[in-house]
Amino acid sequence: MHHHHKSRAIAAAAVSAVSLLALTACTASGDSSGESSGASGSDTYTWWDPYPQHTDGSDWQNRVQACGDEAGVTIDRTAYDTTALTNQLLLSAQEGTSPDVVLLDNPAVSTLADTGAIISMDELGFDTSAIDPNLLGAGVVDGTAYGIPIGANTLALYYNQDILDAAGVDPASVTDWDSLNAALEQIDASGSRAITFAGIGTEEGSFQFLPWFWGAGADLTELNSPQAVEALDLWVSWLDNGWAPQSAIQNSQNTAWEEFLDGTVGFVENGTWQVNSAADAGFPTGYITIPAMNGGAAPAPTGGEFIMAPAQNDSARYDVTRQIIECMTTPEGFVQTADTFAYYIPPTADGQAQFLDEHPELEVWVDAVRAAKGRTSDNLGTDYPLISEQLWTAVQSAMSGAQSSQDALDAAQDAAVAATGR
Amino acid sequence: MTTTATTADGEVSSPARARRRRSTGSPWVAVAFAAPLIVYLAAFYAYPLIRSVDLSIHDYNIRAFVQGNAEFVGLQNYADIVSSPLFPSALWNTVLFVGVSLLFQYAIGLALAVFFRANFKLSGFLRALFLVPWLLPLIVSASTWSWMMNSDSGIINSFLGAVGVGQINWITSPDTALTAVIIANIWLGIPFNLVILYSGLQNIPGDVYEAASLDGAGAWTTFWRVTFPLLRPVSAITVLLGLVYTLKVVDIIWIMTKGGPANSSLTLAVWSYREAFGTGQPAFSPAAAVGNVLIVIALIFGLAYVRLQRREEH
Repeated sequence: MHHHHKSRAIAAAAVSAVSLLALTACTASGDSSGESSGASGSDTYTWWDPYPQHTDGSDWQNRVQACGDEAGVTIDRTAYDTTALTNQLLLSAQEGTSPDVVLLDNPAVSTLADTGAIISMDELGFDTSAIDPNLLGAGVVDGTAYGIPIGANTLALYYNQDILDAAGVDPASVTDWDSLNAALEQIDASGSRAITFAGIGTEEGSFQFLPWFWGAGADLTELNSPQAVEALDLWVSWLDNGWAPQSAIQNSQNTAWEEFLDGTVGFVENGTWQVNSAADAGFPTGYITIPAMNGGAAPAPTGGEFIMAPAQNDSARYDVTRQIIECMTTPEGFVQTADTFAYYIPPTADGQAQFLDEHPELEVWVDAVRAAKGRTSDNLGTDYPLISEQLWTAVQSAMSGAQSSQDALDAAQDAAVAATGR
Repeated sequence: MTTTATTADGEVSSPARARRRRSTGSPWVAVAFAAPLIVYLAAFYAYPLIRSVDLSIHDYNIRAFVQGNAEFVGLQNYADIVSSPLFPSALWNTVLFVGVSLLFQYAIGLALAVFFRANFKLSGFLRALFLVPWLLPLIVSASTWSWMMNSDSGIINSFLGAVGVGQINWITSPDTALTAVIIANIWLGIPFNLVILYSGLQNIPGDVYEAASLDGAGAWTTFWRVTFPLLRPVSAITVLLGLVYTLKVVDIIWIMTKGGPANSSLTLAVWSYREAFGTGQPAFSPAAAVGNVLIVIALIFGLAYVRLQRREEH
């Protein structure tokens, strides 16, 4: 009897031990993978980027690997979409399992730098003096650079040549808001939709609105200035006049681009990255820079990813990390990146010169990128996401008719001040 | 000494049970048997819950999240949430979203269940078709709904236009955005209600209906006097589960409207998600606070259900 009792106890203990083991096994495997990315002497370096479209065997993957080979290590590359990448980075930073190299959308750089999860380029021993200051700006916090742009893109107005011809509009005549509005009215009168854009309630919406906002002379520290109201009134009037489709309120940049590719819209506000797609459209296309209110090119926000080095427990790894980053950011490296990513403009003068040698027809884009402005520049840094959220909310409120532009921007300014304490 | 068979779930056959009455037995044995369950509950239920409360009573800005040194702020996050101008509208939107969704999901689900109770040719096939919304990935159905509801080129507006109704800006107008996501959500929830209520109907014995028809009850009287009352326990659990699911719906609203325009379709769940993941500046603490408010709401209804059931048993 005693024997029986004991065997039952042992069996029960075994069951619970197994279940505990299963749990500890989970955590243990988590730890060990963390160690492998942080251990010195290991010759595998981890690399995260937001380009899931570039799969194993793609040019991009091979390039990343080539830079690893040059530094004498293997690169283990993982691609996430942008939002998932930010979350993964935060979690891995919390657990001390950060990758060695990460590429991330530029407005997120100052936020990450603020957490201490990435090291500065000075700590890494990387010289940033060759990078265009307006492009590097998004990665600079209190005078210290935390990443290098691997290329830059920005926004412009693409047009459908057929529709403009039918309406008798000469794209070269569009030089300021008045001439743009005149062109849109003419297109509308000819029976086509005049323009579309992305007014979605996310960062993309703010990104698309900023050229008009800055082009009117408004400043992100004062969202309800008369210039800001004028910029928002411009968008609202396009919707009210039926020049832009209602869907612009919920469009992402991809959706807006698809509307344009349908061949029913005269103009679309979109980015450098669509140059190849525009060339493949079923109709002739062209592009102009976004006009500022009173003429000239509006400062468009810079887009594009920064390459960064997350903090590691073992600082001996930084040496190889620096070599990998240097390999990606030589003038040749920038041009290769530019080619891989459909006209990602190099962020250095050398890179731009070399790029223009190969693609002289893209000088407009290079000029636009040189004139562009970082969203987190003006020392907005980590306040930018908070301000931007209020801005896109106001844009949506005004366009959907919930509030007037003035009221919406007044509310946005109040909320932004409350959130940032500026 | 004969060995006693112990079944997988720890139930011991009768000789062992008799023995246990005599010997007190080691309490450790009981603990050991319960251990897998306790470990499971602790790891997958207690810990996330505690973590969520922990997030909501600290100020986890993004820096503190990484460095793990968040400042303790007590109920400040809850106070901020409740005093936010968004709170009343998000709460009201949640009430509307959940209430209207449940009402229509249940009514349509029940009507379909009663309809399919009468077995006819192809009824099995048709019933299976009604399950399609359940089988489709949400990203597909939500995107399809938002295309159908497109103001300028959506199929719904072109149909309405054909019968003389003017353009409705379903998801781009603050007046209709909430209605639009509710319609999509009703469509999503019908299969769940149909399946549960249909299986509930199967458990109502046929002779009750025979008796009703002998007494001369028509279809309408049969439904209200027989089907509906006998289905009440199943209905209660269906509505409760539906309530809990619907309270925490984020995906369909996020995909269709992102809670906009002008926060007009913002529910508490979407607000929580947006605070945590929808902007460039994750704010986990307010997000957790909103999430916990939702848990409390769900809990209140859960307890109300338990109480209701207990009263019915007595």
